[in-house]
Amino acid sequence: MQQTPTTKFGDKGRDKFMNGKNTLLEVKNLRTYFDNKEGLAKAVDGVDFEVEKGETLGVVGESGCGKSVTSLSIMNLVPQPRGRIESGEILFHSNGEVVDIASYPPHSKKMREIRKTYLAMIFQDPMSSLSPVYTIGSQIMEGIQLRHNVSKKDARQRAVEMIQRVGISPAEQRIDDYPYQLSGGMNQRAMIAVALASNPSLLIADEPTTALDVTVEAQILDLMMELQEEYRMSILFITHDLDVIGEMTDRVIVMYTGKVVEIGSVQDIFYNPLHPYTQGLLKSIPKIGRHKELSPIRGSVPQIYNLPDHCHFAPRCPERMDICTSEDPPVFNVGENQQAKCWLYDEKGGDR
Amino acid sequence: MSEEINDGNKMKKKAAEDIEDTEITVQEQFQARSHWQLMWLEFKNHRLALGGIVVLLVMYLSAIFAGFLTPYNPNERFAQYQNIAPQMIRVTDEDGFRSPYVYGVTGERDPRTLAMVYTIDEDVKKPVEFFYRGEDTYEFWGLFETDLKLFGIEDGHIFLFGTDGLGRDVFSRTIHGARLSLTIGLVGIVISVVLGLFFGGISGYMGGVTDNIIQRLVEFTLAIPKIPLWMGLGAALPDEWSVIQVYFAIVVILSLTGWVTMARVVRGQILSIREQDFVKAARAAGASSRRIITRHLLPNCMSYILVNLTLAIPGMILGETALSFLGLGLRPPAVSWGVLLQQAQNVRAVAEYPWYFIPGIFVIVAVLAFNFVGDGLRDAADPYH
Amino acid sequence: MVNYIIRRTLIMIPMIVFITIVSFLIITLPPGSYIDTYLASLQRMGGQVEQERAEAIKARYGLDDPVYVQYWNWVRGFPYGRLGMVFSEDRPVIDVIAERLPYTVLISSLTLLFTWIFAIPIGIYSAVKQYSAGDYLFTFFGFLGVSIPNFLLALVIMFMGLRYFGVNLSGLMPARYMGEPWNLEKIMQVAQRIWVPIIVVGTAGMAGLIRVMRGEMLDQLRQPYIQMARSKGVSEIKVIIKYAARIAINPLISTIGWLLPQLISGGMIAGIVLGLPTLGPKLYDALMIQDMYLAGSIIMISIILVLVGTLLSDILLAIVDPRIRYD
Ligand SMILES: Nc1ncnc2c1ncn2[C@@H]1O[C@H](COP(=O)(O)OP(=O)(O)OP(=O)(O)O)[C@@H](O)[C@H]1O
Ligand SMILES: [Mg+2]
Repeated sequence: MQQTPTTKFGDKGRDKFMNGKNTLLEVKNLRTYFDNKEGLAKAVDGVDFEVEKGETLGVVGESGCGKSVTSLSIMNLVPQPRGRIESGEILFHSNGEVVDIASYPPHSKKMREIRKTYLAMIFQDPMSSLSPVYTIGSQIMEGIQLRHNVSKKDARQRAVEMIQRVGISPAEQRIDDYPYQLSGGMNQRAMIAVALASNPSLLIADEPTTALDVTVEAQILDLMMELQEEYRMSILFITHDLDVIGEMTDRVIVMYTGKVVEIGSVQDIFYNPLHPYTQGLLKSIPKIGRHKELSPIRGSVPQIYNLPDHCHFAPRCPERMDICTSEDPPVFNVGENQQAKCWLYDEKGGDR
Repeated sequence: MSEEINDGNKMKKKAAEDIEDTEITVQEQFQARSHWQLMWLEFKNHRLALGGIVVLLVMYLSAIFAGFLTPYNPNERFAQYQNIAPQMIRVTDEDGFRSPYVYGVTGERDPRTLAMVYTIDEDVKKPVEFFYRGEDTYEFWGLFETDLKLFGIEDGHIFLFGTDGLGRDVFSRTIHGARLSLTIGLVGIVISVVLGLFFGGISGYMGGVTDNIIQRLVEFTLAIPKIPLWMGLGAALPDEWSVIQVYFAIVVILSLTGWVTMARVVRGQILSIREQDFVKAARAAGASSRRIITRHLLPNCMSYILVNLTLAIPGMILGETALSFLGLGLRPPAVSWGVLLQQAQNVRAVAEYPWYFIPGIFVIVAVLAFNFVGDGLRDAADPYH
Repeated sequence: MVNYIIRRTLIMIPMIVFITIVSFLIITLPPGSYIDTYLASLQRMGGQVEQERAEAIKARYGLDDPVYVQYWNWVRGFPYGRLGMVFSEDRPVIDVIAERLPYTVLISSLTLLFTWIFAIPIGIYSAVKQYSAGDYLFTFFGFLGVSIPNFLLALVIMFMGLRYFGVNLSGLMPARYMGEPWNLEKIMQVAQRIWVPIIVVGTAGMAGLIRVMRGEMLDQLRQPYIQMARSKGVSEIKVIIKYAARIAINPLISTIGWLLPQLISGGMIAGIVLGLPTLGPKLYDALMIQDMYLAGSIIMISIILVLVGTLLSDILLAIVDPRIRYD
């Protein structure tokens, strides 16, 4: 295996879509910070990755590692007033044009344009992500009317179609229901309908199925894949559930304490995890049909206000070396599509 | 063989318990400490609240040392000096700076209206002396008698806030008035808290029928509009009651509506905290009830109670002021800000003697300070707001 | 819903009985009676004590009867709209109340309107611009409003009116207009003065409302549905008004019912100082001279309004919030 250090993720390893023309989103050295009472929280701290057109990119990592903040940054909806995009670029490609989302003020007109035309997001909690005082129909129609210049009647027609599409029936009646009248699964579908009604190029799904039971989860995932095929959109899929990652995604990024530690195709991540953190993550999660004993990663995620120097994972790492606590690990290309931010993959590393 | 395995299991279990134990205590300490620490961190950022604390400290200290700070006894009458305008302490004259002095005041009876007319006599400069020992003595909280005053004038008088219609020094009366006005809220709040903790506590802890009865009582008390109730009860106080009796009666009247809010807060807190994870965890780990109450319930309730009582005090101060102003609360010879404001009953008096308003400024400042502190505490106790 | 209202109304009946008892207790608490106060004041003014007349009044109003008999005599008339007699004016309580209620309700409703019109936008602004200079400024002035005793503010405004504009702002209209039929001139006179109690009482309630609205807005602005709306590309102003404020205002709407009793008790102290033709000053006078049926009736009405108000609040809440259904 050849191993070459690079400075950032994503330079290599896109064999499927080798030419950059297929790139939809490039996140470059993104830093998103929060001024919390306890101190400065570097929730996202120098993240690089890319999303190709039509692909599903999975994001995994323990709680608090910055997955949601990354996705909110892409929407340019970092919670104010404590949070802000500190630096970095979020380049969005559309119609041959490249715009840097991070350079627009969150509430600017241009940002709103981008959101309503190209972006959509599904939030973690379906019950609180829809306004309780408007019917699901009116909330779907609002997005449609913002996106396409259509009459109320046409918007309603399309809303009915969307509701049908996501499997809420009878659509004609349910369209006038309030969120509290629907179950959690139905609300999740409604939210997907809201998100997809505007035909987005990029759908960000932040743990879209955690609130649901297994059968509903399966239905919703099927639905998302189906709709993705149909609309040819890209999905950034955030989840804790590695089974879902295996089922849904093409490539995976692994995050730890605000940094990406590994990127690879879903097969690589599952069968040849490089970073000890990824390895630990895989070992700690129960899998049907696998009888090996579970071994959780020892220790716990360090406090975000008090991170260890250099490799943040070092204190918990079973393969820690001296260099891990004295120098920041760079990103190493390992194999064709896989990169890891870990000293283990340093060619000259043997003697360290 | 089997015994050995059992032993091994036991040991494992024991070890696990040990770990759990230490983890829980560590977390407990972390929580208890960080709760107050975070609150303080947040509170420190609230400038208005910090300012409020300073103002209140100054006010309560002045109330404690009123005897020393004021030149006269609050009920002493200077028949020659009725309705004198406030006198300015001056530190400059035609020769530049000099030690502080006030101009003399001479009074003459208008032969036609028979009212006293006062003129400032700029030729007479009376030096203000500090740490003055005059003829006035006062008892320092019953500990000792002294005649030491912060300032005074050897020959003549000094009326910083002017005098009232009976020739009493408004400054001395205002500072002394702080004693009743500022303590009525505190005593009232103590009563409210005790009643509130008691009823809210049993209501939340016992639940069931007890809870139901207390809740109905609470609802009914809430339903009684404050002002008419206060007025009704204030009017019911017998004329012949002493100052002390009336004082406590007013306190009770004011806290009659105050305890209810407190009881609700306490009950709500107990109900919500009972269900919280760390209490459940503590209970599962076998912590005793007493420990749960003292380590978890009380610290969590405390900040809410603190916020609520800070916000309830200004209401009580305003209540006393309004009642006394209307003649339904404290009455002379008691000296409180409300009593002092009685003299500002009608516009005519006020138009002629605007310094009658001065105690009102003290009321506003004190109430404002309490409100700011309460608001700061509320923001601090609630991590999100 | 209808069932719910009927049930709630039925529950109110024993409460109202209880309220009449409490009101009566409050007014019979002071020792002595109207006659004693009356005689005492006559004596003070050097007037002749007409022992016989006093006895006659006592007998007529049953002031020597046991308390429970007096209570019964009072409540007995309620079904017929009789609330007892005003001793000092020798006419039915209901007449006095009917005369003063319209003014009371007028002033109070205008006050509420004033408070809401200012407090809601300010609360929204303060939440959206949390910790901005404007937020601090409004907070400061809001608290200043609550901290000034109503009677003091009333006095200050009257003082300024007199000193700087030479107008007497007490009362609602110059005495000569009292009892006159309404005409443009009279309305102008009222308009010239009515703002005084509105500002005095309104500023006192403003801060509380601003704080609640601000807090609710902050709560709502943190909700995921706000981010969801933004992610659709909804404009920020619409997110604030259509989404956040729409829900933030619900708890406030539910307090409208709670404001009902304030129609009577809210401006009481200001009314006394300003000499308004409202119920507040009447209650004060009645308490001072122990005109018990008048005082008791006013207290009772204000408590009953609380009950009605609470019911109204619950109904309103169900109307504005589709999640709430009573069955
Ligand atoms: N609204 C906020 N205010 C302040 N700090 C925040 C906020 N949101 C996130 N953070 C900080 O950013 C860090 C990362 O949070 P984030 O929500 O991205 O984690 P996550 O990976 O999505 O976790 P989870 O799997 O639990 O959703 C948190 O530890 C927290 O300190
Ligand atoms: Mg998250």
